[in-house]
Amino acid sequence: MSTYTARLGGRTHSFPSLAALLAAASPERSGDRLAGLAADSAEARVAARWALAEVPLARFLAEPVIPYEDDDVTRLIVDTHDARAFAPVAGLCVGEFREWLLSDAADAGSLAALAPGLTPEMVAAVSKLMGNADLVAVARKARVVTAFRSTIGLPGRLATRLQPNHPTDDPAGVAAALLDGLLLGSGDAVIGINPATDSPKAVRDLLELLDGVIRRYAIPTQSCVLCHVTTSIDLMERGAPVDLVFQSIAGTQAANASFGVTLGLLDEAYDAARGLGRGTAGQNALYFETGQGSALSANAHHGVDQQTVEARAYAVARRYDPLLVNTVVGFIGPEYLYDGRQILRAALEDHFCGKLLGLPMGLDICYTNHADADDDDIATMLTMLGVAGASFVICTPGGDDIMLNYQSASYHDALYLREVLGLRPAPEFEDWLSRIGLLDDAGAIRDVTGTAHPLTAIGRELAA
Amino acid sequence: MTNRPPAAYEGESDRAMWAALRRHTQARIGLGRAGSALPTRHRLELQAAHAAARDAVHTPFAPDVVAAALTGFPTIRVRSAAPDRLGYLQRPDLGRRLDAADRAHLPRDDWDVVFVVADGLSSRAVHEHAAAMVHATTALLPADLRVAPVVLAEQARVALGDDIAHAMGARMTVVLVGERPGMSAADSLGAYLTYAPRPGTTTDADRNCLSNIRPPLGLAYATAAARLTALMKRAHELGRTGVDLKDESTESAEAPALTPTT
Repeated sequence: MSTYTARLGGRTHSFPSLAALLAAASPERSGDRLAGLAADSAEARVAARWALAEVPLARFLAEPVIPYEDDDVTRLIVDTHDARAFAPVAGLCVGEFREWLLSDAADAGSLAALAPGLTPEMVAAVSKLMGNADLVAVARKARVVTAFRSTIGLPGRLATRLQPNHPTDDPAGVAAALLDGLLLGSGDAVIGINPATDSPKAVRDLLELLDGVIRRYAIPTQSCVLCHVTTSIDLMERGAPVDLVFQSIAGTQAANASFGVTLGLLDEAYDAARGLGRGTAGQNALYFETGQGSALSANAHHGVDQQTVEARAYAVARRYDPLLVNTVVGFIGPEYLYDGRQILRAALEDHFCGKLLGLPMGLDICYTNHADADDDDIATMLTMLGVAGASFVICTPGGDDIMLNYQSASYHDALYLREVLGLRPAPEFEDWLSRIGLLDDAGAIRDVTGTAHPLTAIGRELAA
Repeated sequence: MTNRPPAAYEGESDRAMWAALRRHTQARIGLGRAGSALPTRHRLELQAAHAAARDAVHTPFAPDVVAAALTGFPTIRVRSAAPDRLGYLQRPDLGRRLDAADRAHLPRDDWDVVFVVADGLSSRAVHEHAAAMVHATTALLPADLRVAPVVLAEQARVALGDDIAHAMGARMTVVLVGERPGMSAADSLGAYLTYAPRPGTTTDADRNCLSNIRPPLGLAYATAAARLTALMKRAHELGRTGVDLKDESTESAEAPALTPTT
């Protein structure tokens, strides 16, 4: 291991490893402080950034932050690194890489070509030298397009996950919330339920409910019941209507083990999901959720700061050509991201890192009630992530998830974002909205009333 | 706009449909719109629910309130190592550790159980429900069971009970803690039972938990107390709590027999 140093404020600041340097260069956040990894002064933080700016990108290939022998995510990163794709930036240091990313040389084409040559540590490192506006400007240029029954990530489009959760998985309650979301033009990324239990029977019932609605109304979208990957594999073998296979993932082997997953298990799920061939517009069939703090929470962070570990989760995700990846950015709590300012910064970092690594990044823009955040923070984050070109956001009725007890964006928030930024739904879904009479002549969601609309057969049957 | 339905379709029947659908879920559905945004009433309702949750998190713990309601019980007040609310929220490790000076004042004896009332993330839950839960639970315990003075702990996480029980020499601890407030429940109390806790090595997998104690909408005191004392009895027989100890109780509030351990 090398020692990294910088002189600042009349003293020499020294960082004993690349991992220590990355951690010290991170913006202030409660999780790194909890882990004992944060810079011990504001000046030390900036000194770390000076030192980091001079580190050659190639150095990240020579000094893994977690040893190759100890961790299969490191092995995945190293073994799949594409040296040819890396070539255009191979001679740059981190500070120069920032400037290259902000320059005209980095456009949608060159960024897409570069993605397989970048490692999570490289993108995490450069993000630490970037301001919030830099993170928006660069991420906006990167485009990642995926498809299943709808196409996600096209320029000028914003998709949404419709999340009709219910604390007891009551089918009528789920269907009522589903109707509410559809009438507000939501659901083109996925109709995704967090079930109250992981029991295969309960998951299958929900899958069949969603599949029935999608078929009955010929909705060009996909469903997902967010259960453990082993439950999905089991259900696929038994012929359940699984569209997307879901899994929470993290950036180290040990943190993934705490979720009960291995790369081998994900390989198996990937093969099974693609084997079903249920997509019509494409075959990206996996859905991953991530979030800063999960590795620390599992005591599996190996002394790596929470943002860098988070970026490593994206190396796991990209192996499986997912349709969707989202960071559940403010969900874990204030011991990892204390307030709206820290949650916003993390949201921009995660989106930036995921996009540069070639992932269809979306966000669950959210907070818990013991974090110092409110609905204005949601609005700020939404707006910045909309400008940054997020592929999708998660939406809940009124922004209040009654199953997971946290606040997220609402269907209304998504309408706001589409309106102020001129964004449109996924093209297949937009056509469907139009066909079913939910769009006005200007392409905006019409304020239809329940009983006047064909979709409300769902509601009338429930209400009867 | 040729396909806009006539106004006659809107109004009463629409409201009736959403009212019928709301019977199936507490989700905030059918809120209507002001442009793309929420109507004023719904925006303010959401803010009110959030404010109640935020106030619950930041309302200072008032041990006097709980002590006054704990008639007949001696009480001891302690703090965790978290210096204040901000430190508590950012550093869960400090909320799990006793302030060193307070540890020295805890009476050590051959206690069977110590009840710890911990503010957790909702002082409101503790102020409203903790004393009643201690009364309801102890009423179901055998008279010869040695119950330690009730410890009222400030800036406290569940695992602070491990430190307290260990310092006092208690065999079991019941931590009554204010749960993380949601938008629809800011006053929910949790009860965590741990047998032979050891600070630093006991984990959540070693505990049994009853959640959502908040009558009249959540679990009633008598029901929660019956389930808790049944778990305490089984914990004593097994010599442990946690994943090996399942809650097999019925909803019956009848008093289970608990063998004293002295």
